[in-house]
Amino acid sequence: MSEYKVKFEVFEGPLDLLLYLIKKEEVDIYEVNLTQLATQFIEYIELMRMLDLDIAGEFLVMASTLMYIKSRELLPVDQQVTPEGEEEAEDPRWELIRQLVEYKKFKDAAAQLQALEHRQENVYPRLPSKPEFEPEFVRPNVSIFDLINAVNTVLKRITQREDLRDIFEDKWTVSEKIEELIKAINERTQLKFSALFASASSRSEVVVTFLALLELIRLKQIVAVQSEQFGEIEIEKALPGPAPAEAAAQVESTAVP
Amino acid sequence: MELKFILESILFSAQQPLSAKALRDILVRAAEQAEDDRPRAFKKVSLDAINDALGQLAQEHGDAQRTYRLVCVAEAWQFASEPDYAPWIKALVGQKNRPGRLSQPALETLAIIAYRQPLTRSEIEQIRGVAVDGVMQTLVERGLVEQVGRAEVIGRPITYGTTPVFLEYFGLASLEDLPAADELRKVPVTKPESLLTVDPGLATAPPEQLILQENPAAGENAPASDAAAPAPHPS
Repeated sequence: MSEYKVKFEVFEGPLDLLLYLIKKEEVDIYEVNLTQLATQFIEYIELMRMLDLDIAGEFLVMASTLMYIKSRELLPVDQQVTPEGEEEAEDPRWELIRQLVEYKKFKDAAAQLQALEHRQENVYPRLPSKPEFEPEFVRPNVSIFDLINAVNTVLKRITQREDLRDIFEDKWTVSEKIEELIKAINERTQLKFSALFASASSRSEVVVTFLALLELIRLKQIVAVQSEQFGEIEIEKALPGPAPAEAAAQVESTAVP
Repeated sequence: MELKFILESILFSAQQPLSAKALRDILVRAAEQAEDDRPRAFKKVSLDAINDALGQLAQEHGDAQRTYRLVCVAEAWQFASEPDYAPWIKALVGQKNRPGRLSQPALETLAIIAYRQPLTRSEIEQIRGVAVDGVMQTLVERGLVEQVGRAEVIGRPITYGTTPVFLEYFGLASLEDLPAADELRKVPVTKPESLLTVDPGLATAPPEQLILQENPAAGENAPASDAAAPAPHPS
């Protein structure tokens, strides 16, 4: 007989089974005959046992609640026991019906979510790719001499400001600056060369930032480009692959599925 | 030039959904880069004005009955096709990259969290009447649900809420957009006057209950299990 074992997961729990039984009776939840329901519920559990199904503990708890309700109704009101410590005990029938009504609402809501889920599978968002207008050669990679030249300008500016300063400690390390740069470039994807040094307060900070920049370029994490001759140098995130900063590849990295 | 048409043109070319705030940033940027006066007129547009214009635009696109709509998902706007045209779009761009469908228990649990958040695991179990451990794990792994805090009760249990991924997955603009939200968010299930099975004053069932007992489905008959379990009679 073992080959007739059924995987039986139609009912998610005792409340689900109760709703099914109520639906079968075609009555309103509020008007259901709980005594009758108790009998049916227990018969169902018997059936599940016969089919050799694992009966979850929750079903047994519900069965005992139903038996309690059934037995309570056999007594006249004035002889019904009130659970200890409770002055005016809540009617257990009402408690169960409240639970059923609430569960039913969420079951219906779940069905609506499911409808939305299926609908959404067929909704395609419009995701155009970025039009590419600029020919690649207009944005040549910046040479090391251009970079040194640019940093020299920055250093001159700093030196002018620094005349009256006292000696102070070097608080920047290259690795810290590397982390800072990666963070900044991840946030904005593009940075102006001058912006890198805008907040630099000393010569040594400029030098450390510049070294960090060179290191990142060497590691192919970022690239320096210039949109026009003698224009502002811009720092961009390098794209994976052997030829970084190819404008065509940029589309791939920004398109979000 | 009208604000809504400017927004439409931006969204039509946008590579990702844009929030009202992102749209405002673009208006500001356009004004700064402008070579003539027109974009400058829209530099100081308020978020409310943008939201109004977007709502109006979405309404117009809906009324026009075209095959695509302007939709708001997780508070970001984009153009999207109507579901009816999926077979052809699928042929063009392929199947959407989406995780598998959610199971019934997962949907029920998710519905409870969506409408009642923040709430604890035991509060969810109270409503569903069964343990939700496995289901919760799935929902958290899929990023639909996350821990949002701790309840101020003994043991300070974790409370859960839905994520923006949840809104995206179901194509909802916000939590306000959930179907029948007002009704389900608070459940004031009021006690009916006298709808319970047996009049509490009586020890035995009143006559109409006796009539019900004659119903062939009641009493010693096993429930006709045709729908749920094609099973042999228990006796």
